[in-house]
Amino acid sequence: MPDIPGKGLVKGLGVTLRTMLQPAVTTQYPKEKETPTVRARGVIALKEENCTVCMLCARSCPDWCIYIEGHKEKAPPRRAGGRPRQVNALDRFDIDYALCMYCGICVDVCPFDALFWSPEYEYSEWKIADLLHDKDKLGEWMDTVPEAPPLEVGAQAQKK
Amino acid sequence: MAVTEQQRRAYVASQAAEARVNVELQTEDMTLNIGPQHPATHGTLRVVASLDGEQVVWADVVCGYMHRGYEKLTEVRTYPQVTTLVNRIDWLSSFANEVPFILAAEKLMEVEAPPRAQYIRTILFELARIANITLFIGTMGADLGAITPVFYAFRDRERVLNQIEAVTGGRFHPNFDRIGGLKDDLPRGWIDETRAVMNRVREFCDELEELLMGNEIFQARTRGIGVIPAEVGLSYGLSGANIRASGLDWDLRRDQDLPLAWKDLDWKVWTHPDGDSFARFWVRLQETREASKMVDQMLDGLPAGPIQAKVPRIIKVPAGEAWVHTENPLGEMGYYIVSQGGLGPFRCKIRSASFNNVSVLPWVLRGTYVPDIITILASLYFILGDIDR
Amino acid sequence: MLAISLPYWAETTIKTVIVLAVIPASALTLGYVFLMKTMAHMQSRMGPMEPGGFHGWYQLIGDGVKFIQKEDIIPDQADRAIFALAPTVVLISTFLLFVVIPAGPRLVVENLDTGVFFALAVSSLSVIGVLMAGWSSANKYSLLGGLRAAGQLIAYELPLVLAVVGVVMQAGTMSLQGIVKFQQNGEIFGFGGIGLPLVLTQFVGFVLFIAASQAELTQAPFDMPLAESELVAGYTTEYTGFRFLFFYMAETATAFALAAIAATLFLGGWAVPWVHGTAADILGPFILGAKVMLVAFLIYWIRFTYPRFREDQLQSFAWKYLIPISLANILITAIFKVAF
Repeated sequence: MPDIPGKGLVKGLGVTLRTMLQPAVTTQYPKEKETPTVRARGVIALKEENCTVCMLCARSCPDWCIYIEGHKEKAPPRRAGGRPRQVNALDRFDIDYALCMYCGICVDVCPFDALFWSPEYEYSEWKIADLLHDKDKLGEWMDTVPEAPPLEVGAQAQKK
Repeated sequence: MAVTEQQRRAYVASQAAEARVNVELQTEDMTLNIGPQHPATHGTLRVVASLDGEQVVWADVVCGYMHRGYEKLTEVRTYPQVTTLVNRIDWLSSFANEVPFILAAEKLMEVEAPPRAQYIRTILFELARIANITLFIGTMGADLGAITPVFYAFRDRERVLNQIEAVTGGRFHPNFDRIGGLKDDLPRGWIDETRAVMNRVREFCDELEELLMGNEIFQARTRGIGVIPAEVGLSYGLSGANIRASGLDWDLRRDQDLPLAWKDLDWKVWTHPDGDSFARFWVRLQETREASKMVDQMLDGLPAGPIQAKVPRIIKVPAGEAWVHTENPLGEMGYYIVSQGGLGPFRCKIRSASFNNVSVLPWVLRGTYVPDIITILASLYFILGDIDR
Repeated sequence: MLAISLPYWAETTIKTVIVLAVIPASALTLGYVFLMKTMAHMQSRMGPMEPGGFHGWYQLIGDGVKFIQKEDIIPDQADRAIFALAPTVVLISTFLLFVVIPAGPRLVVENLDTGVFFALAVSSLSVIGVLMAGWSSANKYSLLGGLRAAGQLIAYELPLVLAVVGVVMQAGTMSLQGIVKFQQNGEIFGFGGIGLPLVLTQFVGFVLFIAASQAELTQAPFDMPLAESELVAGYTTEYTGFRFLFFYMAETATAFALAAIAATLFLGGWAVPWVHGTAADILGPFILGAKVMLVAFLIYWIRFTYPRFREDQLQSFAWKYLIPISLANILITAIFKVAF
């Protein structure tokens, strides 16, 4: 195959020359930003009204980075003349993003659809303690949660 | 207790330098300590070599600097949590680490994933293989002094990672496999995008063949260096492209019947008779191309249907033991799960490819020159997380 | 040199200052254009873009300032005098190289009759500097790197010199100005439009010169002495701050100088056939600069593309291939010169 000694060397030079003449692929962050995909796991958002303090997410987190506190209180009855019913009220719901592995188990196991993934990733902080996002901050992330993308042909719609 | 010469040298070497490359001049031989912090060892691996001039007389591998206690961790985690952790063993091809674990658990539960899930699992597996090996190709060039292939490798690997992210949400740690199937289905447009990416991967392979493989200097640096005969490789437990480059026709994708899509595909196992560093590089380049063709076939023949079989919400795997091994990008990876019916495995033994691949180093490094140590380390291709778990 | 005649000391001072200014300027230009921008585009990326706003032109100047303000560390057991002197020796060799390079018919520091001989002799002074650096660092790796570098540099001196012999034979003079004039006034089969750039007849010599100067600069594929992915940084391991900057600047400036010599010997230097007189004085440096950029592009292109040779392969490449080819080149040139 090598008829002329040095043929491989010359071909290699051709590759670098060709690449030099093509535009560079660099994205100049932060002036230009690439949008992550819809399903990208950037940050977890909390929909507080759905949460019933069942603690499934805190239990299933491999890192134990979710801190939940709640208390029981009596809510008014649904129909007039009924008994007051016991509900769980959420006091504290913190996710420590310094520990979070972004695995998504908490989002998966939540039976009440209170946790969602959002592709937001620019939330770095100067102090590690600020990486503990509390209930309100997690609620703010809900605005960035995109809709689930439509599925490919041949897929069966998931039953929720 | 008598101290052997090897122990004495190891002691001197360990005293010589803990964290930086250093040289200790002994009476007849020079002990060279490569690592644990060294640009060529791809992580915290330590190779202690005893040199006579520029030739290696004796070498030993010291690993364990990155031991994270995986097998102990799996004893106290549930199955979904273990799936997350296991991604991080071989972090460049993370989906490929989940698959044998999930298959072993499915074997114990006696469920089989639906055909669509099997196909998508295999597609993601091969995408992980492409992502892993393109990085290898780039870094092998970098270890030999060619600084440009690394950038091409990262540039084209980026697209593969984007495709993985589009499906799973994570570029490096997909955490997508579930017992009984997959977490979610493909988003619309993914099939066409992936076909374009596979075309690009094939163009990358052609480019690298021209730039690096055909280069006479590269061939002079890798041909005949680090020859491992097939019997020696087998006795040390080499697997994957390393043993195929020594001429042995052995591929777990073809040789066993797993509930994955490989048996439906038309593909070829690449071997090379030489067993030197060039052969290992060549085999891996061909495998990348083959993987991209396999992905194309699977995209064409993707069956429709559900993505997950019926499994209970809280998964308790029945008691028993199961062993599943697959052809991972680095070699043979296997999980031996012992279950006692709990929420998580009772004991999980992880057989990782790089641990055995690296064990051949004392044998192969004898008599080589110092620059060749780097070539051989690069061509054997190990990931530290895989060695140390 | 100029229309007015200055006393000797004034003229010498001006010339020295000019050369001293040219060295870092050339190193900066070459470093920025090739080591940063061209390398980046060959690797599908952009290189520095931020410092100075426009494509990061200020990057290397900033790097220089950074190096200057670093702490000067000399290892405890190093030989202080020689350790401090080594980078200066290498820089002196570069300085002397710039002395004979002509940038115009009258723009040369010293038009020596044995210009080529002087240039090649002086470029081998850097070997002493490298050995001094390796030996005085009190570090086994520096020593290994220094010895490897010395062996390599000495081995590749021969192809460098022998490649030029063909040019000298054809031009009939060793003075660099004379060679430039020969190329300017030459003709190719009676056609005098582009003169006679010696790269056409001495193509083998040109390739040999490029290869040998890559080795002289310890650049890939001959950069085993500085193999970064192996044993630290070779003979420059113990050097920090300003002294390290000296080494780097010397290497890049020598690349410029060797490229300038190659441009002068093979491509015609500052001359194009239709420009003479004072116009040549003004345009000469720019023409030479353009040709130097071309040659330097070749040198760096090879550097970015190829992996590196192993030390013994490097030596055998020089002794078994380059030197016999250069001797054959001389023989063929001599036959042609006598026959025609």
